[in-house]
Amino acid sequence: MLLRYILKRILWMVPFLFAVSIVAFLLIQAPPGDYLTTYIAKLGESNEVLDQASIENLRARFGLDRPLYVQYFKWVANLLQGDFGMSFEWRQPVSDLIWQRMGLTVMLSFSTLLFTWAVAFPIGVYSAVRKYSIGDYVATTLGFIGLATPNFLLALIMMYVGVVYFGSDVGGLFSNEYKNAPWSLAKFWDLLKHLWLPIVVLGTSATASLIRIMRANLLDELNKPYVDTARAKGLSEFWLIMKYPVRVALNPFVSTIGWVLPNLVSGAVVTAIVLSLPTAGPLMLQALLAQDMYLAGAFVLLLSSLTVVGMLLSDILLVLLDPRVKYE
Amino acid sequence: MSDTTDTSPEAGREAEIAASVGHRHEDVAIASQWQLIWWAFRRHKLAMVGLWVIGLFYLVALFCEFFAPDDPTQQNRRAVFHPPQMIHFIDNREDGWGIRPFVWEMDRHRDPDTLAITYEKSGEKIYLRFFGRGEEYRMWGLFDWDLHFLATVEPRDQFFLFGADRLGRDMFSRVMYGTRVSMSIGLVGVAIAMVLGIALGGASGYYGGRTDAIIQRLIEFVLSLPTIPIWLALAAALPPSWPVYQQYFVITLIVSLVGWTELGRVVRGRFLAMKNDDFVIAARLDGASEGRIIFRHMLPSLTSHIIASLTLAIPLMILAETALSFLGLGLQPPAISWGVLLKEAQNIRSISQAPWLFIPGGFVVVAVLAFNFLGDGMRDAADPYAH
Repeated sequence: MLLRYILKRILWMVPFLFAVSIVAFLLIQAPPGDYLTTYIAKLGESNEVLDQASIENLRARFGLDRPLYVQYFKWVANLLQGDFGMSFEWRQPVSDLIWQRMGLTVMLSFSTLLFTWAVAFPIGVYSAVRKYSIGDYVATTLGFIGLATPNFLLALIMMYVGVVYFGSDVGGLFSNEYKNAPWSLAKFWDLLKHLWLPIVVLGTSATASLIRIMRANLLDELNKPYVDTARAKGLSEFWLIMKYPVRVALNPFVSTIGWVLPNLVSGAVVTAIVLSLPTAGPLMLQALLAQDMYLAGAFVLLLSSLTVVGMLLSDILLVLLDPRVKYE
Repeated sequence: MSDTTDTSPEAGREAEIAASVGHRHEDVAIASQWQLIWWAFRRHKLAMVGLWVIGLFYLVALFCEFFAPDDPTQQNRRAVFHPPQMIHFIDNREDGWGIRPFVWEMDRHRDPDTLAITYEKSGEKIYLRFFGRGEEYRMWGLFDWDLHFLATVEPRDQFFLFGADRLGRDMFSRVMYGTRVSMSIGLVGVAIAMVLGIALGGASGYYGGRTDAIIQRLIEFVLSLPTIPIWLALAAALPPSWPVYQQYFVITLIVSLVGWTELGRVVRGRFLAMKNDDFVIAARLDGASEGRIIFRHMLPSLTSHIIASLTLAIPLMILAETALSFLGLGLQPPAISWGVLLKEAQNIRSISQAPWLFIPGGFVVVAVLAFNFLGDGMRDAADPYAH
C-alpha cells in the first residue's frame, strides 16, 4: 500500500519536472538577445570587435540560430542522457561546474532543516506548556522578529558583527588553505566551523514559524480530556506531555517540511550570494545575468527537483507517522 | 440573531465581546457583521498597534515629498558618509533656555596622512522648524510646493537624521521616498494577486470536478517552485534600460505571482463549503445567473477572510521586492526603494564605516511585523460568529 503510494507519487514527478523544464527554458530565453549579445558587449568594453562572420559562426556553434523549440528539444534530449550541455561562459560542460555546488546546497539545506527542527521543537513545546510565561514571551518576540527579518539582512548584520566586533571575515564555507584541498578530516572540521553561520541565518525564519505552529498545535491538544485522564492516573508531567499530546502535535510539524524545504532552497540562494558561499546561488545569479542559458537552466531545474523531492519525503514521513492520513 | 435569554454558544461569545469592549448585550444583538468584526479586532492589542504603524507608513508614503527634508537624489560631496544627527529640543543659550528643535553641526576633517574622513561637532547649532519652507518639490507631479515637515531655519544648512550615503545623499529623505515605492508595491501586487486568487480559486471551488483538478495542480505547481530562483530568472529578463515605472510594474507582477496561491486556496475551500448552503441553493432555484450567485451571494460572505489573507500576503511581497532589488535584479537606481537602499549596505567596507546604511532594513522589519500582526488580528476577527 505504502509502496504503491510512493510509486504513484514518483510517477507524478515526471510531468511536473517536464513542466518545470519548459518554464525554466522559457525563463532563460526571455531576456532579449542571447549569450552572444552579452559576450559581444563584453568584448566591446575591452575594445575588441568581432566581425559579422565570426559572430554567425559562433551562433551556429552554440546552436543559437535554431528556432526555440528545436533548441528546447535538443536540450531536453541531452538532459535525459545526463548531459547538461556546455556553459558558454566557462567553456566547460555544465555538469563539471554544478555537482559540487549542488552537493553543498543539498547539504546546507538539510542541515538547516535539522537545525530548525532541533531548535523549534523544544522551544515550541516549552512555549505551549508554559503559556504566557516570560520564556514564552521571549520566544514569541524573537520568533516574530526572525519571521520579519529578510535572510540577506540577517546575513549582513552577522557579517557586520563579525568584522567590527570579532575582526574576522565570516563569509564562505572554507578557510583559504582548505578551499581547493581534497576532502580530509581537517577540511570537514573547517567546514563545520564555517557552516553554523549560514545555518543560523537561513534557519531563523523557518524556526520562527515552526515554533508558532508547534505552540498552537500543542495548545489545542493540551486541553483535551485524554491529557486529564493521563494526569489523573499519576503519570509524571514530563512523560505525560511527551507521550501523548506532543505526538499528536508533531504531525503538522512534519508536514511543514513540504514548504520549509522550498523556502530553504530559495533562501539559500540569497544568503549564499551575501555570504559568498560556494553553493548554487552565486553561480546561478552570475549565469542568469550573463545569459549563460544551459548553466542557469540546469540550476533552475535541479533546485526545483530538490524542492519536489523534499515534498515527497515529507508526504512519506507523514504517512509513516500517522496512519490516519489517507493514501490519496 | 439571538435574544437576551439565549444561552447558545454564539450568545455567550457575543456577551464576551460585548463585555470586553464595553458594549451592552442588546447592542451586540443588533450590531452589523462589520461592527462585530471591528469590536473583535479591537481586542487584539498587537493588531491595533499594527494598524497604527501601517497607517503611519502609508501616510509617509502618500506625502513623502513633504516628510523628506531634502531632494533624495541631491548629492553632496562635502557630506559623504555624514553620521546621523540627533534632534534636540531643549535649547540652552546665554539668554535663557527654550524649546527649539536643533541639531549639532558636524565639521568634516580629513586626516592628512591616511586621508580618512572624520566628522566632529563644531559646537554650532543648526536650528530646525516644523512645517518650515525648504527645497522646492513637485507634489504628486501636480504642483510645486516648498513646505516640509521639518526644515532648517537657514536654507543653506542641511541636516542628516539618518546620516548620508557614499554620495552624500540624505538617507532620511531617501528612506521616506523608498517607503512610497516599497509600501505601494505590496498594495499593487496584492491587487493583482486578489484578481488571480478569486478568479481561479472561485472557479475551482464553484465548478469542482475537472476544473478544480486542473487549477489545484496549477497551484501545487506554483507552490513547489523554489520562488527565489524563479524570480531571479524572471527579473534577469528585465532590460535594465527600461524606465523606472515599467520596471516597477513588471516587478510587481513578478512578486504577485506568489501571493495569489494562498488566497486561491482560501477562496476555493470556502466556495466548496458554501456551494450547497441553503442560501446559494435558494438563489439558484430563484433563477439567479451564475455571475449573480457568485458575486452577489457568495463573495460578500468571504470579504473579511479575503481582506485578512491579502493583508498577510503584502509583507511577503515587500520582502520579495526587497530581496530582488538588493540583489540588483529588482528596481534599479535612480528608483528608490528599501531594497535599493539596502543594496548600498551590501559592501562590508561601507557598512563598517557607515552602519546607518542598515536603517532601511529596520523599516522593512517593522513594516513586515506590523502587517503580520494586523493580518493575524483580522484573521481572528474575520468570522465574529465563530468561536
